[in-house]
Amino acid sequence: MSDAKKFMFVNRKAPYGTIYALESLEVVLITAAFDQDVSLAFLDDGVYQLKKGQQTKGIETKNFSPAYRALEDYDIEKLYVEKEAMTARGLTEEDFLVPVTVLGRAEMGKLMDEQDVVLSF
Amino acid sequence: MLHIINKSPLTSVTLDTCLNTAAGGDILLIEDGVYAATRGSAAEAQLRAAMGKFKVHVLMPDLEARGLGDRLMDGVSAVDYGGFVDLTSNNKTCQSWL
Amino acid sequence: MKYGIVVNEGPYQHQASDSAYLFAKAAIEKGHEVWRVFFYHDGVHNASKLTEPPQDDRHIVNRWAKLAEEHKVDLVVCVAAALRRGIKEDNLAQGFRISGLGQLVEAGIKCDRLVTFGD
Repeated sequence: MSDAKKFMFVNRKAPYGTIYALESLEVVLITAAFDQDVSLAFLDDGVYQLKKGQQTKGIETKNFSPAYRALEDYDIEKLYVEKEAMTARGLTEEDFLVPVTVLGRAEMGKLMDEQDVVLSF
Repeated sequence: MLHIINKSPLTSVTLDTCLNTAAGGDILLIEDGVYAATRGSAAEAQLRAAMGKFKVHVLMPDLEARGLGDRLMDGVSAVDYGGFVDLTSNNKTCQSWL
Repeated sequence: MKYGIVVNEGPYQHQASDSAYLFAKAAIEKGHEVWRVFFYHDGVHNASKLTEPPQDDRHIVNRWAKLAEEHKVDLVVCVAAALRRGIKEDNLAQGFRISGLGQLVEAGIKCDRLVTFGD
């Protein structure tokens, strides 16, 4: 692990309206197999990806949100939500389907600066 | 770190979020992001205020393509694609704020 | 320096593929190596050999293929994203290859810089 790179996936887009959130998650799951230091950041509408209770039957689309719960099984446990984005959307930590670390903007910015590879989709 | 912005500041919060969140470094405006660097736009003051924290660059071919090559605001450095490459090599990481 | 490039949007619809190409060309001109370009999301449409732009327009697909041939750039199309969108070996343009998402992660690990172009 000593030569592992710090990978951060920055998610700023809501689910279902576009495919970015789903396909971003697919990359995250693959990255887990490469023994890298992976973290996920949720900013802007990206925080909606983690909302509990997604019911997609009516739009005839697969509900992929349970996959966020599976991240833990892949040893991906660093999920960061930007506080300002969360509160601007009327959400609290209790609204999310997985445990997350809530960070203020400045802390989030600092964390981004520490990464080796930043991917956003 | 290099932050790459490709959205107009008048239709997207991308530039706002970057300016509010990022710890500093270089910002490069490309594609529709270049509108943020034009004199007289509603985003001018916001970008000017950020100049203490960030060094702001604009991809000139994108600004020229949009007919605004002569409206570049002071304090923003103009780069070509070669300059874009240099910005990525001079920074350890780059983030495209998509 | 060794570069990896990610293209997340299709050709013509969005400027991303043009920006990525011009960036790659400039990087090579400066003596850098563009090791791999990874096409993801609608970016997989950059690899369709059925693409026929008007004669007075740039041919985005062929332009990538030519760059790859001249400078040994590995053009990789994500298999999952491609199959979803109807891109397969049958209609894959010359110079591209279809492979897994691991190729993107590998580019992140092996390249000095990874630059993403998208929406």
